[in-house]
Amino acid sequence: MPLLEIDDLSVTFDTADGPVHAVNGLSLTLDRGDTLGIVGESGSGKSQTAFAVLGLLARNGRATGSVRFDGQEILNAPPRVLNRIRAERIAIIFQDPMTSLNPYMKIADQMTEVLELHQGLARRDALAEAVRMLDAVRIPGARDRVRLYPHEFSGGMRQRVMIAMALLCRPDLLIADEPTTALDVTVQAQIMQLLSDLQAEFGMATMLITHDLGVVAGFCEKVTVMYGGRIMERSAAGPLFARPTHPYTSGLLAAVPRVDRGTSAMRAIPGNPPNMARLPEGCPFRPRCPHAGEDCAVMPPLVPAADGRDRACHRPAEEIAA
Amino acid sequence: MLSYTLKRLAIAIPTLLILIVVSFVLMHAAPGGPFTSERELPPEVLANLNAKYGLDQPLWRQIVTYVWGIVTQFDFGPSFVYKDRTVNEIIAQGFPVTLTYGILSFVVAVVVGVTLGVVAAIRQNTVADYFAVGVSIGAQVLPNFVMAPILVLVFTLWLGWLPGGGWQGGQWQYVIMPVIALSTSFMASIARITRSSMLETLTMNHIRTARAKGLPERRVILRHALKPAMLPVISYLGPAFVGMITGSVVVDVYFSTGGIGKAFVDSALNRDYAVMMGVTILMGALTILFNLVVDILYGWIDPKIRY
Repeated sequence: MPLLEIDDLSVTFDTADGPVHAVNGLSLTLDRGDTLGIVGESGSGKSQTAFAVLGLLARNGRATGSVRFDGQEILNAPPRVLNRIRAERIAIIFQDPMTSLNPYMKIADQMTEVLELHQGLARRDALAEAVRMLDAVRIPGARDRVRLYPHEFSGGMRQRVMIAMALLCRPDLLIADEPTTALDVTVQAQIMQLLSDLQAEFGMATMLITHDLGVVAGFCEKVTVMYGGRIMERSAAGPLFARPTHPYTSGLLAAVPRVDRGTSAMRAIPGNPPNMARLPEGCPFRPRCPHAGEDCAVMPPLVPAADGRDRACHRPAEEIAA
Repeated sequence: MLSYTLKRLAIAIPTLLILIVVSFVLMHAAPGGPFTSERELPPEVLANLNAKYGLDQPLWRQIVTYVWGIVTQFDFGPSFVYKDRTVNEIIAQGFPVTLTYGILSFVVAVVVGVTLGVVAAIRQNTVADYFAVGVSIGAQVLPNFVMAPILVLVFTLWLGWLPGGGWQGGQWQYVIMPVIALSTSFMASIARITRSSMLETLTMNHIRTARAKGLPERRVILRHALKPAMLPVISYLGPAFVGMITGSVVVDVYFSTGGIGKAFVDSALNRDYAVMMGVTILMGALTILFNLVVDILYGWIDPKIRY
């Protein structure tokens, strides 16, 4: 039984401009210990997928479909059910460590309440465990700094605190939602190294949501590429980077600045990320795709292709990869 | 924190001095005086009276004498109108009354207002929300001078449940209506501020984190959302407190509660300079003190604020 099984998940937000379809019929599975990267531009529905899994959508958001965690249906489950899974079995790290911690509470209180609630630890034991976890994410002087407020930490240190807080209950699944986006480059590398080490140490499955392909390449065994709330291509990480077979993936890869090819010009995908309130009929990438044709007005299904990957494109893989 | 408090208290002294000077000048600039009456006094008598109370002195000397009396003996002078009473006595008699219903009103406004606001926010766009918003808008348009006669009309004249005035040492029947009249509009403002601030807080990232931790909604609200949501409410408490002090004037007049509001109105009508000054200084000092309390409260809630 897969650890996480998302089936035909759709997320829609009611807005003043009409419904916004953030995720459209997404299906994916994740086994224990897997490392899955979900890649895509802003607004591709990556984060909303994660929020839907944990029941953290904004008030105007609705999710349909199915999310089974360890065999149990948890999509739109009542708070009582979700609250036993949140943090205890599925933990999440958010994008912005500057605002994701409660600025009005000491780190100690924010961490111990998780353990007190889920594991019934006494305050003293919870505090000792919190300090141990802060040590594990390599925060120097954790014993003293646990008594500080978030604003007394740097951005990178706050993200370490977030990670420590997420791992307190040794979850089966860690969702990292753009964990390094708000950090500067050197700190990004440190945090990814840390996540990688912790993943090896604790063995939890990890879903890494990012738009940074470099981050994915170094961390994930599997990659899912999303655009316009749909999966465009998914594969093991190695083959995907070596030979993208979807126009969007190859566009993304071409846009990664590379020192070995000269840094003078950045190659971007032409056009803008999609307006999720007015997605085109058919393939959402159609307006920006160099290979688009008449037939793209019908959304291609996500079908298995050679070397164990799935792709959603009418064009043959050879045409794109060439 | 202590040095900040002391500094603020030190700044209060020049503030009060400015208050005294400005009030003194304005008071004397107003036409009439404490001894103006329908039947004109013989000039010799008037001159004697003015000499007795120092009113024949130049204004600056009167101010200096007045301040000197306060600083050296905490003496706010004799009442010009009630010959056998000092200002200290009048305030000592009225202030406990005002303080009693003032504090009660304040507590009622904060507790009821915050509760209504929080409930409205977490049940946004439900019947509970519409009810709370309706009540607070209704209450907002009922300032104390409208609320007071309505209360008397309903509970005294129609239902006959509560006495229409008096204080009787603060027995509960006599306290209810002044407290409601004084607190209603502030309760409404606090409810509205709490609601919008709580709605905003609930969309903050750290609230999402709290939910992701699997905390029950109750705990998310009380432990993670309430503090930040209270910041705008606390900054409103300063003006609200001042509003309640001035509102006591209305309450005292309507309900004959005998607080300093009554003394203030009488002194203004009678040109009882000393009482007027005494009450003005008291209200000024309370305002300064309360704003200091609010600022300290701010620092206590928000760890980023350090004095």
